[in-house]
Amino acid sequence: MLDNIQMNILREVAELDALPTGAYNIRANGQGAARNTTANIDIITKQDKPGIDIFIKLGTKNESVHIPVVISETGLKDLVYNDFYIGADCDVTIIAGCGIHNCGNQESRHDGIHTFHLGKNAKVRYIEKHYGTGTEDRGKNVMNPETIVFQEEGSSLLMETTQISGIDDTYRMTSATLAQGAQLTVKEKIMTTGEQTAKTNFVVDLNGADSKVNLQSRSVAKDHSHQYFDSKINGNAPCAGHSECDAIIMDSATVEASPSLTANNIDAALIHEAAIGKSAGEQLIKLMTLGLTEKEAEEQIVNGFLK
Amino acid sequence: MLELQHISFAVDGSKEILRDINLKVEDRFVAITGPNGGGKSTLAKIIAGIFQPTEGRILLDGEDITNLSITQRANKGISYAFQQPVRFKGLRVRDLLALAAGGSTDINQACGYLSEVGLCARDYIDRELNDSLSGGELKRIEIAMTMARNTKLTVFDEPEAGIDLWSFNNLIRVFEKMNEKIHGSIMIISHQERILNIADKIIYLKEGRLAQYGTRQEVLPQLLNTDSTCSVLADKLQ
Ligand SMILES: Nc1ncnc2c1ncn2[C@@H]1O[C@H](COP(=O)(O)OP(=O)(O)OP(=O)(O)O)[C@@H](O)[C@H]1O
Ligand SMILES: [Mg+2]
Repeated sequence: MLDNIQMNILREVAELDALPTGAYNIRANGQGAARNTTANIDIITKQDKPGIDIFIKLGTKNESVHIPVVISETGLKDLVYNDFYIGADCDVTIIAGCGIHNCGNQESRHDGIHTFHLGKNAKVRYIEKHYGTGTEDRGKNVMNPETIVFQEEGSSLLMETTQISGIDDTYRMTSATLAQGAQLTVKEKIMTTGEQTAKTNFVVDLNGADSKVNLQSRSVAKDHSHQYFDSKINGNAPCAGHSECDAIIMDSATVEASPSLTANNIDAALIHEAAIGKSAGEQLIKLMTLGLTEKEAEEQIVNGFLK
Repeated sequence: MLELQHISFAVDGSKEILRDINLKVEDRFVAITGPNGGGKSTLAKIIAGIFQPTEGRILLDGEDITNLSITQRANKGISYAFQQPVRFKGLRVRDLLALAAGGSTDINQACGYLSEVGLCARDYIDRELNDSLSGGELKRIEIAMTMARNTKLTVFDEPEAGIDLWSFNNLIRVFEKMNEKIHGSIMIISHQERILNIADKIIYLKEGRLAQYGTRQEVLPQLLNTDSTCSVLADKLQ
């Protein structure tokens, strides 16, 4: 079914050595490659466009869904729509991830559009890892993930996204609408090197009373790479919004942050913090006085920062 | 043994911060004291290789280390506990203790170092060295890191600053214990009479010059008697 290259990618993006337990849908080179459903989790292929609908029965607890995507064919442009319907009171983990192995000279590309409908008091942990690899003179690896979230009352979503290497160009869009008491936490980690660019854009509407969002972006930009962080939090009710962009720039990389906060309610408490700077000289010096070389010190600082 | 020969340090080619410092550190406990801005931390940074002297030579056990990098000096056995410890986002206390110990991560040992500086290992070992730690906690972790390094020469830059009284006594015990173990030298920059009192020798740095260097018995009485010339110190010793 999956060849060695594809298995390697799977390991990188989903930490899988074999087929996962629980529900899964593995997509390889634009086609469904393997699927499993459980009594509580159903996966159905869309009829009108590429992609799947995932239905999780209300009250489902401690189950997981893996939906990794692997691309190993150069020049493949893959567009997929995955819609999640998560029933009330669920407590589940969803692991998505996309890896591209590009050994040709053409651009390989994956655009994944994920929509999440969280029912009342549902609790979801969503983990997404993006990874690219291939030969030196390969074509570009491009990923443009879009995540659209609808959270009903009292639901909570923890979204952890990681993109550490091999993606040349990415534009990540995340939008969320939160009802009363809903909570959203996003932890984003990005590292760009070479000539890569990464753009990330968040729009969060806090519509319900006591809804809460916490966006945390940590990134490292090396070489000539460029990153752009754009966030927009709209407080439309008594709510709490916090966004934080923390970036280390190295070499001749550039990072832009353009956060915006809009309070449409007198009891909306919104905060943004942004810190962009070179990895502090003091930190390097401290680690060197412990016996590390400058390069080792830098690695420790960057790894710790993105851990 | 550390030897400084004609060490001078100037910034921007003009302002002289240290001037012709000559000294040998042979004793186990050497305190460095003197008024604020006198050049103590600068001297420590020159020893650790963070600053390069504009003139002079530094010898460690007879070897000229003047042109060695910070890393090379660290590996030759020099440790430096900063006056202002550095905070790290994402690195935990255990990570830094492991790096300090040269990569080995013996958790029991790491816990031992923390206990010695009066921190409950269980509460601290997994904490990040970020802004959430208090100044005194950070200072103690900085000391624990130099203990983990276990090198023949350690320079502490005002280790007692910000540390409460109870721990102060323990701190002195920590130094004594380190001394027993390393058979090397500990240099402590301090304004505290209690630390000067345990020193074999005292270095008095003022306006970038080595104003005095001698045994505690020789130097201390003079320091306590001078009036305006070292009012900063005298104030602190009242
Ligand atoms: N990079 C620099 N550029 C300019 N001046 C500097 C620099 N580094 C240190 N100095 C100055 O050199 C002098 C000595 O500083 P140093 O930090 O060594 O003093 P210190 O004796 O450790 O003082 P304290 O007791 O306050 O810690 C001070 O006047 C300081 O302002
Ligand atoms: Mg100082």
